Amino acid sequence: MIPFWIIAVVLIVSALWTVTARKPIYSVVSLLLNFAALATTYLILHAEFLAVMQIIVYSGAILMLFVFVIALLNSGIAPIVLGRDRVPVAPAAAAALAAIAFVATAIAAAHAPAIVPIASHSPLGAVGRGNVFGSIGDFGQALFLSRLLPFEITALILMVAVVGVVLLAGDLTPYVPTRRRAEQSRRALREAILREGK
Amino acid sequence: MLIVLVKSAVLLAVVVTTFAYAMLFERKILGWMQLRPGPNRVGPWGLLQPAADAAKLILKEDLTPKTADPLIYRLAPFISLLTAFAVYAIIPFGANGDGSPWAIGNVNAGILFLMAISSIGVYGISLGGWASGSKFPLLGAVRGTAQMISYELSMSLSFVGVLMLAGTTSLTGIVNAQERVWFLIPQALGFIIYVITAVAETNRTPFDLVEAETELVGGFHTEYSGLRFGSFFIAEYVNMLTISCIATLLFLGGWNAPFGLTLLPGIGWFVLKVGAFMFFYMWLRATLPRFRYDRLMTFGWKVLLPLATLNLVATAAWVALH
Repeated sequence: MIPFWIIAVVLIVSALWTVTARKPIYSVVSLLLNFAALATTYLILHAEFLAVMQIIVYSGAILMLFVFVIALLNSGIAPIVLGRDRVPVAPAAAAALAAIAFVATAIAAAHAPAIVPIASHSPLGAVGRGNVFGSIGDFGQALFLSRLLPFEITALILMVAVVGVVLLAGDLTPYVPTRRRAEQSRRALREAILREGK
Repeated sequence: MLIVLVKSAVLLAVVVTTFAYAMLFERKILGWMQLRPGPNRVGPWGLLQPAADAAKLILKEDLTPKTADPLIYRLAPFISLLTAFAVYAIIPFGANGDGSPWAIGNVNAGILFLMAISSIGVYGISLGGWASGSKFPLLGAVRGTAQMISYELSMSLSFVGVLMLAGTTSLTGIVNAQERVWFLIPQALGFIIYVITAVAETNRTPFDLVEAETELVGGFHTEYSGLRFGSFFIAEYVNMLTISCIATLLFLGGWNAPFGLTLLPGIGWFVLKVGAFMFFYMWLRATLPRFRYDRLMTFGWKVLLPLATLNLVATAAWVALH
């Protein structure tokens, strides 16, 4: 239980740091810490495969892309100064209350008798063959047999999200070769100057 | 608990010594291949050169550029060093008679654990290069991040072939599965992909675009000096050693003796195989010129990744049919 409380504190502090840090790169580093703590929580719950995947997929790939984007877009070290006053107080308070309620429920649930058969004797001990809770075999069977439909629906939702991002952020005007586009903008500029002149 | 600490201390000493002499070995080999003697002034045959280098690095001034982000700048070398050494907690070097491995932690998810830790290692380079607050390190870091993410994909796919043949993720289990035939033979394509991606993952010639001296001064570690630079340097060589250990465990039969030649103990064969792989690494450095960046990316995504996928599908079909 003691490891859980240490990890819980690390989780909450790093999560708060992630959203309050003024420099984007600090948010990334604290999120990295957060993911590590989350993986440790999975280990405590004997979900070994999930813990390792959390590190490989989220810390190793997705968060790395964040660093990449920050390095490319925000190569200066300067912190973000704008927008600090705009934190909406009421929704933030509601969210905090909801989080506390959730944690309280989780603690209450933790005192209930365990419903999960814990078969492994050591952390990281049960990954491998065999259908132990948290093992690769168990995970794969759940994902591709008993939970196939939710899994596919999640994939579809993610796909919709990706299309949505392209719609929101992407440039949907038909493709025009660079040279012609430059000509067009030059002509537009000339016309604008002429109009201003009149 | 105490036993684990003692084991860790011994292993740390072994890895650091190996690093020091791997560096000397590399300089000697480069000298030999370029028809010059290599380091030969400090001690007999230059054997004390690593100690001299270490003393130099420790005594050097530790500089932090004005434009740097102080916290991240100091954190980055530690991330590199930590992830480089952390993998040795689970790498088995041999086995007892009863099959229990010579390792600090016998982890059943061994290979996944290795992948997880090495995927964190990239942060040292990308954060360090970014936090230096100057152009050359930033360019090196961005290049390095893109390169390491791209090649990690093919590398993981080359692991999966071995995992399917062995039917386990435990490193000891994988070595035991190679008792008769090394996976080098059924996974020849996987091995070639692994070797190429491994060189790219450790940013060594011909994939050393991260620190391309001729164009980026020193790449991501341009601004680092003294022991902070030393940390990156140690991490690079320790990663080389790790990559050689993984190649030995996954493809070269680990501590299994080849052709039933059991005149050496298992650990002896293991060290020999790792040494041969390290030599191959250095040989590459003395032989090959650096890749151009766009070719590196084209090669990674359009050649290695499809080949690795093909290898995966073929292995899956073979395993399913047997």
